[in-house]
Amino acid sequence: MRAPKWLKIERRPVPSGRTIFTVSILAILAALVVAGIFFQAYGVSAIRAYQLIVKGALGSKLGLAETVRRAIPLLLCGVGLTIAFRALFWNIGAEGQLLLGAVAAAGVALFSGLPDVLLLPAMFIAGFLAGALWGLIPAALKARLGINDVITTLMMNYIAIYLVEWLIHGPWKGTQMRGFAYTDKFPSAAMLPLIPGTRIHWPTLVLGLVLAVAAYILITRIRQGFEIRVVGENPDAARFAGISHLKTTLLVMFISGGLAGLAGVGEMAGIHGMLRSATQISMGYGYTAIIVAWLARRNPLAVIVTSLLFGVIMAGGDVIKVSLGLPFQLINLFNGLILFFLIGSELLMHYRISFSFGRR
Amino acid sequence: MTLATPADYVVQLKGIVKRFPGVLANDGIALDIKRGEIHCLLGENGAGKTTLMRVLYGLYQPDAGEILLNGKPIQISSPRAALTHHIGMVHQHFRLVPTLSVEENIILGLDEGTGLFLNLRKTRKKIEKIAQEYGLQVDPQTKVWQLSVGQRQRVEILKALYREADILIMDEPTSVLTPQEVDQLFATLRTLVDDGLTIIFITHKLDEVMQVSDRVTVLRQGKLVATLPTSQTDKPSLARLMVGREVIFRLEKSPLQRGEKLLEVNGLHALSDRGLQALRNVSFDIYGGEILSVAGVSGNGQAELAEVLTGLRRATKGRVILLGKAITNRSAREIADLGVAHVPAERIKMGIVPNMSVRENLILKDYRHPPFSRGVFLNYKKAEANAQRAMADYQIAAPSDNTAAKLLSGGNIQRMVLARELLGNPRLIVAAHPTYGLDVGATEQVRQVLLKQRDQGAAILLISEDLEEVMALSDRILVMFSGEVMGIVDAEGAKIDEIGLMMAGERKEEVEVASTEVA
Repeated sequence: MRAPKWLKIERRPVPSGRTIFTVSILAILAALVVAGIFFQAYGVSAIRAYQLIVKGALGSKLGLAETVRRAIPLLLCGVGLTIAFRALFWNIGAEGQLLLGAVAAAGVALFSGLPDVLLLPAMFIAGFLAGALWGLIPAALKARLGINDVITTLMMNYIAIYLVEWLIHGPWKGTQMRGFAYTDKFPSAAMLPLIPGTRIHWPTLVLGLVLAVAAYILITRIRQGFEIRVVGENPDAARFAGISHLKTTLLVMFISGGLAGLAGVGEMAGIHGMLRSATQISMGYGYTAIIVAWLARRNPLAVIVTSLLFGVIMAGGDVIKVSLGLPFQLINLFNGLILFFLIGSELLMHYRISFSFGRR
Repeated sequence: MTLATPADYVVQLKGIVKRFPGVLANDGIALDIKRGEIHCLLGENGAGKTTLMRVLYGLYQPDAGEILLNGKPIQISSPRAALTHHIGMVHQHFRLVPTLSVEENIILGLDEGTGLFLNLRKTRKKIEKIAQEYGLQVDPQTKVWQLSVGQRQRVEILKALYREADILIMDEPTSVLTPQEVDQLFATLRTLVDDGLTIIFITHKLDEVMQVSDRVTVLRQGKLVATLPTSQTDKPSLARLMVGREVIFRLEKSPLQRGEKLLEVNGLHALSDRGLQALRNVSFDIYGGEILSVAGVSGNGQAELAEVLTGLRRATKGRVILLGKAITNRSAREIADLGVAHVPAERIKMGIVPNMSVRENLILKDYRHPPFSRGVFLNYKKAEANAQRAMADYQIAAPSDNTAAKLLSGGNIQRMVLARELLGNPRLIVAAHPTYGLDVGATEQVRQVLLKQRDQGAAILLISEDLEEVMALSDRILVMFSGEVMGIVDAEGAKIDEIGLMMAGERKEEVEVASTEVA
């Protein structure tokens, strides 16, 4: 295999911030072009579809609110994932960790009998811990036994999904729900305030923003963040410097799982008010957050921007469903394409490709 | 001297230019290689020797210049193309598949190896014939992982000869061999040349140039400095050409001021990564103010010894006592905190975090302690000040202390590792191959730094395969073979032959008996 003479590929040592930004934008554009082919195949002009998505997601107060509401769980999960990814722990399980947070929140809301003022704080704490626990299991399995993190975190999503299904069909099935597979409605003290006229549960949003900043400080200023980066960048050097791989792995997954758990609490107490089918609670936030974190180049602050971007895409997905009668799954296709091009573009960032015709 | 005609030259490189981002690796190099000679390419690390040969071997395309083979211009677009022109290369780091047999490695990538079924009978015959002819004995059916380093190198040479190379490029072939294996290699190279092959020999060791070559070309910073017949030059002049200034060959070493016993190792046993016995009953002491060298061919337990002493590998038996305190199987962190520094053998794989800045790499060991840490927060101001001081004290050449460590040259990376490890004046320094792969300037500096630490009372365990270095630096020399201590001798008056024999597995007592018998 050799490159043709007119093509020159050379390593570039460190990609600049501008290169990273340009390449990321190009990846998104490439995904737009390829996804456009599918719109065309459905007989819909791709340009019109994109116009509708942007207008639907950003063109009205309602659309904007919907964008932000979608961005909230993406923000929390995404920030957590940047921490795990920094330590090169491939947490594909934010979806399951989010669901566990939702289960814990529902359990506290329905069965704890705590006084009203304590209810919401208890739900957030329980949700964080439940998500963290769900994350710690694969962390311990990897650090102690060397079991592949991608597989365990992914598989645990399914356990979480069926846990939710079992609860709503079985022990937690609501008495007031006329046979539907829901739990009972949460008491009103277990519900978060909304920005009037929207479905933005602002306390979760504020929590997400604060945690994004905190995660950034952790990574750049705090000792444990330094350890996380060393473990992720060069595990051998970490061992050499006496940094515990086990402790660091457990820490990142405690944070990553916990933050996804908080996202689950937000969806429960902000939107649904009851535990219901897993696909209704999450619609793949935990998976989309992987792309959110990756597009943010593992920088927690950048997640604020990228989660909003994917909020647009998800809110736009509602629009194409309603006004064009196209399946919502097209959005998953689009997300998949973005991730595909982003990972492909990693190569572009580390190599300089130049063409030379005629010379030589 | 008669003028050479172009017909005498088998390879001619004309005006070769090769650029890498930010580096001009080859700057218009013109080199003529005569048929049937051993031609040494001498230069410091980063002088452009390997780059130039990779151009000739088709791994790199030159940005300018041309290559003439037997007077005709040719394009070498890949190593495969180089082989069709009968140019072969033995790389510094072998390109062998350990789990395959010798013969399978040899035919790998050739047409014989691409069919659905392998018919190795003919291959085996041919290999055995070549091996016989040039004294490259090795069993074609042995798996490569079972071979010693010297044998693996033989396989690499066989591989090139099997492909009918008549120009053989050897990239620092002696760096991993025992003195005896080096002699054997040189004998082989001689028979190859007598048989009409041409050998280009890359090295930075002056002794080897004098010993083996017919002509020598010196490169410095990407430029060709001179091409000389070896018989008309000597070591000091070559060294001057190589570094552009005089080099001190003798290190000024002050007399030994033995301090208290710092480290005591008793009956140490440990396993290798493969689970094989890597250390057997190793015992020795080190005192403050002395350098104890561990000599031996790589893979005889030195790496494992360094790891056990620094807490990176478990001892299965035996004791390690530092200043009267048992530290056997303590964690790397505890041992480092007790004042043990470690300059690791694989400095890039283990010693640094390539994507992190010089500043952060310099606090990799001490980030948990004041002044770099206050509570849970890191103090980047202090880390920066530390970096500035270290860069000045150790002459670390980097654009800034915020530059990623991976952008530094090998010598500067090692200076950075030393600066970090020697922070806070350690009591014991375990230095593994501290000058391996460094150029003359950096080597000299590293050695001076180690001697200074010795004079300040630190105990130094120096693991090195470079016997010249061992002889120059140590107070005592411990020789290891197959995980055992063959003997410990005083460096003063030690004979290099005797150490060579011990490296090959003879005990000190046997060696001494043998030499008295001769006398």
